[in-house]
Amino acid sequence: MEFSTFVFYFFAAVLIFAGLRVITARNPVHAVLFLVLAFFSASGIWILLSAEFLAITLVMVYVGAVMVLFLFVVMMLDIDFARLREGFWKYLPIGVAVGVLLTIEMGLVLVGAFGGKEMPAAAATITSQSKPFECTSNICELGRVLYTDYAYPFELAALVLLVAMVAAVSLTLRRRSGAYADKRIPPEAQVVVRHEDRMILVKMASEKEMSEEPAAPTGTRSGGTQ
Amino acid sequence: MDAILQPLETFFGSAWPAVWALVKIIVVVAPLMGCVAYLTYFERKVIGAIQLRVGPNRVGPLGLLQPIADAVKLLFKEVIIPSGANKGLFVIGPILAIAPSLAAWAVIPLGDGLVVANINAGLLFVLAVTSIEVYGVIIAGWASNSKYAFLGAMRATAQMVSYEVSLGFALICVLLVSKSLNLTDIVTQQGQGMFAERGVGFLSWNWLPLLPMFVVYFVSGLAETNRAPFDVVEGESEIVAGHMVEYSGMAFALFFLAEYANMILVSTMTSILFLGGWLSPVGFLPDGFHWLALKTAFFLFVFLWVRATFPRFRYDHVMRLGWKVFVPITLVWVVVVAVWMMSPLSIWK
Repeated sequence: MEFSTFVFYFFAAVLIFAGLRVITARNPVHAVLFLVLAFFSASGIWILLSAEFLAITLVMVYVGAVMVLFLFVVMMLDIDFARLREGFWKYLPIGVAVGVLLTIEMGLVLVGAFGGKEMPAAAATITSQSKPFECTSNICELGRVLYTDYAYPFELAALVLLVAMVAAVSLTLRRRSGAYADKRIPPEAQVVVRHEDRMILVKMASEKEMSEEPAAPTGTRSGGTQ
Repeated sequence: MDAILQPLETFFGSAWPAVWALVKIIVVVAPLMGCVAYLTYFERKVIGAIQLRVGPNRVGPLGLLQPIADAVKLLFKEVIIPSGANKGLFVIGPILAIAPSLAAWAVIPLGDGLVVANINAGLLFVLAVTSIEVYGVIIAGWASNSKYAFLGAMRATAQMVSYEVSLGFALICVLLVSKSLNLTDIVTQQGQGMFAERGVGFLSWNWLPLLPMFVVYFVSGLAETNRAPFDVVEGESEIVAGHMVEYSGMAFALFFLAEYANMILVSTMTSILFLGGWLSPVGFLPDGFHWLALKTAFFLFVFLWVRATFPRFRYDHVMRLGWKVFVPITLVWVVVVAVWMMSPLSIWK
C-alpha cells in the first residue's frame, strides 16, 4: 500500500467518525468541535488531491472564522435535553423521509456525473479558452479560471454574499429608545478630547495675604464639564 | 553534508524521509523553545529597565538561569483539574493553544532554502494555522467552568476574529506586490528594484511602499497574540487571567509558551513580509540568517516596549480600532496597491 493511500484512509476514517459524532454527541459544544475535526480531515483529503488552495481556505474560513462564531453561539445556549428528546419518535418518519430523499439526490448527481466514466484528474478538468499566461501553481490556475471563464457566476456569488451581509447588519442594527436610549459615549469623541475641555487650571498664590475685612471666597475653581 | 547523510539514509531505509523530517522539525523547534524561555527573561529585563528596576538577578550570573528555574518550578507543580470542569477538553485546551504556534514554523524560511517545507501557499498556510490558535483559548475558557475564564474566551473569540480580517487584507497587499504566496519568493522579490541595484536594499523592501499595511500588520499582530495593550483576554485587573484562571503547573506553562512562541512568529513574519527577511540592508554586507534574527529581535523588543509604555485598551476601543479603523484602511489600500501595480507608475515591473 502506498503511503498516500494509507493517509487517505486515515483521514477518511476520521472524517466519517467525526461526522457521525456531530449528530450523536450529547453535548452541543462537543458536536461543534467534532464538526471542526470533520472540516480538518476533509481539508487533509483535499491536500492529497493537490488542491492545496481549497484545503487551506477551508481551514481558514470554516475552522478559523465560521466555526469559532458557531462555538461562540453554542456555548451561550442553555439546552434542555429532555425537551429536545420529547418529539423524537414523532418526527422520526419525516426525518427519515428527508434523509432518504437527500441520499437519492446525491447518488443521482454522482452517478449522473461520473457514472461509468473514469474520474477526471484534477488538472485536466480546467480547460480555459483564453490562456494569456502559463500558471504553475494551483492558486494561479484557479484565479485565472474564476476571472475569465466564470467571471459572471463569480461576481453573482459575490453579490449574493454582499446582500446576505447587508441583511445581517440591518437585522442587528437597532437604536434603543425610551429609558434605555443610547447612553454610550462615542469613542470618536473620547479620543479627540483634550485636557483643556475637562479641566481648567487656575494659578493662585499658595497663601492668602492677611487683609482687614473678612475675605469673600476667592479663587475660581471651576469644575469640568462631565 | 551528503557524505554524512548517506550512511544514515541506508541505515534507516524506507523510513528515512520520516526520520529526516523529524530531524528538521527538532532542529527548528528546539532552538525556538530556547528562544521562548529567554524571551521571558528578556521581557523582564527590558521592562525592568524601562521602569527603573533591575529585573531578575538572583539565579545564576545576571539572573541568566531564571527561565530554567521557572521551567523547573512549573514542571513540578501539580496540575489541578477543577471538579466542575469538562476534563477532556480542559486538557486539550493548552495543547491546542501551543500546537498551531509551532506548526506555523513549518513554512517559515530562515534563510535562502532553509525551510522545513517550501510550499507554494506558505502565506495562506500561516494565516490558516494562526487562525485556529483561538480554539485553545475558547476551549480552555469553556471547559474550566468558571465565569472569568468564560469571559476571557468570549473576548478572545471576538478580538481574534476581528483582527484576522485586517491581518488578511494586509497580507493580500503583500502577495499582490510579490505575485506569490511562497514566503521564499516574497523575500527574494524584495531584493529587487531600483534601490536594491544601487546598494541600498532596505529601501526596496515592502515596508516603504506598503507603510500603512506594515503598521496595520504589526498592530494586528499585537492583537492576535493578545499582548498589551490588547491583552483584554487576560485582563488580569478585570478578569484575573481570563482563560488561564483555572490552570496551574505545566498546563499553564503551555499557554505561556504559546503566547511567547506566537510573539516570535509574528515578529519573524513581519520581518519576512515587510523587512526583507534574511536580506542584507546594504549591498556591501552579505545576506544571511543573522539579519532575520536581528530584525526579529528588534520587533520582539518593540513588543516589550509597547507593553511597558501603553495602558490596556478598553474593550470597545479594541473592537472599534479593528473594525472602524483598520478594516477601512486596509480595504482602501488593497485597491490603491492594485491600481498602482496596473498603472505606468508601478515599481514592481
